[in-house]
Amino acid sequence: MSKSLLTGKHFVHGDWACAEGAIAAGCGYFAAYPITPATEISEHIASRFPQLGRRFIQFEDEIGAIASVIGASFSGMKAMTATSGPGISLMLENIGLAVMTEAPCVIVNVMRGGPSTGQPTMGAQADVMQCRWGAHGDVEIIALAPQSVQECFDLTVHAFNLAETYRTPVFLLSDANIGHMYEKLEIPAKEEIEFVNRKKPKTSPSDYKPYLADETMVPPMACFGDGYRFYSTGLTHNEMGYPDMSVDTQDKLVRRLCDKIRKNTDKITMTEAIMTDDCEILVVAYGVTARSAASAVQMARSEGIKAGLLRLISLWPFPEIKLSEVANDVKGVVVAEMNYGQMVREVERSVKPIPVEFIPKLGENPPSPDEILAKIRRLAQ
Amino acid sequence: MTEHIDHYLADYLRMDRFPHIWCVGCGLGIILKSYVQALYELDYDLDKIVTVSGIGCAGRASGYVNTDAFHTTHGRALPFATGISTSNTDLKPVVISGDGDLFAIGGNHLIHAARRNINMLVICSNNYNYGMTGAQYGPTTPLDMRTPTSPYGNIENPFNLVSLVSSAGATMVSRWTVYHVHQLKNSIKKGLQKNGFSFIEVLSPCTTGYGRLNKMSPIDMMRDLKETCKIRKVHPTEATIEPGKEVIIGDFVDVEKPTYSDVLDQVSRRASK
Amino acid sequence: MLKVIYLPKNKVKILKSLCKGCGYCIEFCPKNVFELSDELNEKGVTVPEIVRGDECISCGLCVMLCPDFAITMEEPDNE
Repeated sequence: MSKSLLTGKHFVHGDWACAEGAIAAGCGYFAAYPITPATEISEHIASRFPQLGRRFIQFEDEIGAIASVIGASFSGMKAMTATSGPGISLMLENIGLAVMTEAPCVIVNVMRGGPSTGQPTMGAQADVMQCRWGAHGDVEIIALAPQSVQECFDLTVHAFNLAETYRTPVFLLSDANIGHMYEKLEIPAKEEIEFVNRKKPKTSPSDYKPYLADETMVPPMACFGDGYRFYSTGLTHNEMGYPDMSVDTQDKLVRRLCDKIRKNTDKITMTEAIMTDDCEILVVAYGVTARSAASAVQMARSEGIKAGLLRLISLWPFPEIKLSEVANDVKGVVVAEMNYGQMVREVERSVKPIPVEFIPKLGENPPSPDEILAKIRRLAQ
Repeated sequence: MTEHIDHYLADYLRMDRFPHIWCVGCGLGIILKSYVQALYELDYDLDKIVTVSGIGCAGRASGYVNTDAFHTTHGRALPFATGISTSNTDLKPVVISGDGDLFAIGGNHLIHAARRNINMLVICSNNYNYGMTGAQYGPTTPLDMRTPTSPYGNIENPFNLVSLVSSAGATMVSRWTVYHVHQLKNSIKKGLQKNGFSFIEVLSPCTTGYGRLNKMSPIDMMRDLKETCKIRKVHPTEATIEPGKEVIIGDFVDVEKPTYSDVLDQVSRRASK
Repeated sequence: MLKVIYLPKNKVKILKSLCKGCGYCIEFCPKNVFELSDELNEKGVTVPEIVRGDECISCGLCVMLCPDFAITMEEPDNE
């Protein structure tokens, strides 16, 4: 009899950890299409899910995969898919559907070099804006960026909890480096993991309004077969879920869908601050790049430069208030990321008028600590 | 909104949303009627059905039935229904969608859902055009037909839907029309009770789109269905729809095969050993 | 000795507010039970009326063919 929680120490890669994170969180449905460097997630789930009586389906394409994830979510399952940049591009329309119909689900993007087919086996961080702005219309997105194999496990569990709390798709933005590197992973015991399940309706079926929310702005979620016989559509809808093309309904709905995330930014945001209390040069980084940045900051300190690192663990909603607080008295900010300028724009916006130095890194390797240290030194002069 | 209507099917419909939006004489009203009548006659447990639809006029059908229902993105009703069918084997998804949604943008999902024999009933309203966006040509529009996007005549050969779905592996394939209502309703009843991928093509008039382009009134279109459609037992490949040729309707495929969920359960048993 | 069987004569009813005036009931009833009336419903549609209710054979075609759910058939009040 197989165990769903493999408590104990393991030496595995990030994709494996992500898959086990989903299993630990209680994910019962996983659909995906093979794509480097996320394929290993599917492969691991393909062998584990049948042991646990859960559902794995390799779909004909990514669009089918995400559409089925939404269907499974509404059927009561915690549901997930895993892909890379090109797959997210295909999924964007249905990600919009998940936002609009408020379907909890987790979408893993193990990022690789782009644009287009790009460098399938090489890491990158160039899809961070895509997940936020890719779906058409006004949407708010939650996205988490692990920097280690351990975080691939922990943040996948957390992603499910956020998805269930806010009834929204949550992105996990790993990359080919983290996904394929081997590191120590400690899977905790069940009592040490927090699980969140979607709020169920307390009203009777005849009184139930599927899209009527209280002050949390998140409506309780009935699922197919629960007896509520509700209707859900991607069209703009009123509280009954019925299509409604009036100005008032569009205004109310879009604001609620966005505000349920925006107004809870302080609860959703996760950052890690390293030596930021007295820092004069602040480095902002996330994912695999943050590992180099942490070393660079240590090296700078040993040279007498008061450097600090604010690591973004959640990329969206962007922690602008936290960042502007931490950056309040600094002389300059260094942003390093594996793309040609994406999160740096958010940083510039949040810390204005403090000068921001940018280190773009294209190609498979994150910037080295020395590269980041060089910029820190420049700003410190 | 109309005042409360005393209708024997009121428990099966969202009558607070009636009259429905479909045009005068549109076949979709008849398809909806046949579906709901089938549920009524079977006294089907409405909590075990999920009505799923895609985009288009046919896509609006899910909004009128009093079951769990979902209106998906264009072409993606089938994978959505697959997510339901494999997650909860107590639930029977019924997909109501159009020829464009199921066979153009959704074509890829159609062949794979049929190939996998996912347990669901698919009712395809075939009105030979993309009705909602203004009667553009689609994968079932006859050759040479003038439409807003084929002003010099359609240059594409249409699909034979029953042949396509049969060869993809569906375990029940039938073609009826909105004129042959009793047979249609009985076919729906059969599909509801059958475990497997059941497909019913329903020839249906698009009165304001295709009908107007062809200068046919709603009654002309219904009479045409009555006169040109013949019930015969043939191989699905022989049931092409061509001008001047009789249209063959009836049952084409009715076999039993394990559903995808059955096979997933078998795999689980093997994997757990 | 011939046995006479009386078929049930169900009563056909038109829900005028739902009618959109397609004319299918008038055209396809095998016993010509329906004709176009002079009456307009609240949507301005000229609705049909039952003129030969006694000829109705309860085939149910009108109930099933009406795209707008505007025709129902009820069992008669008496035996």
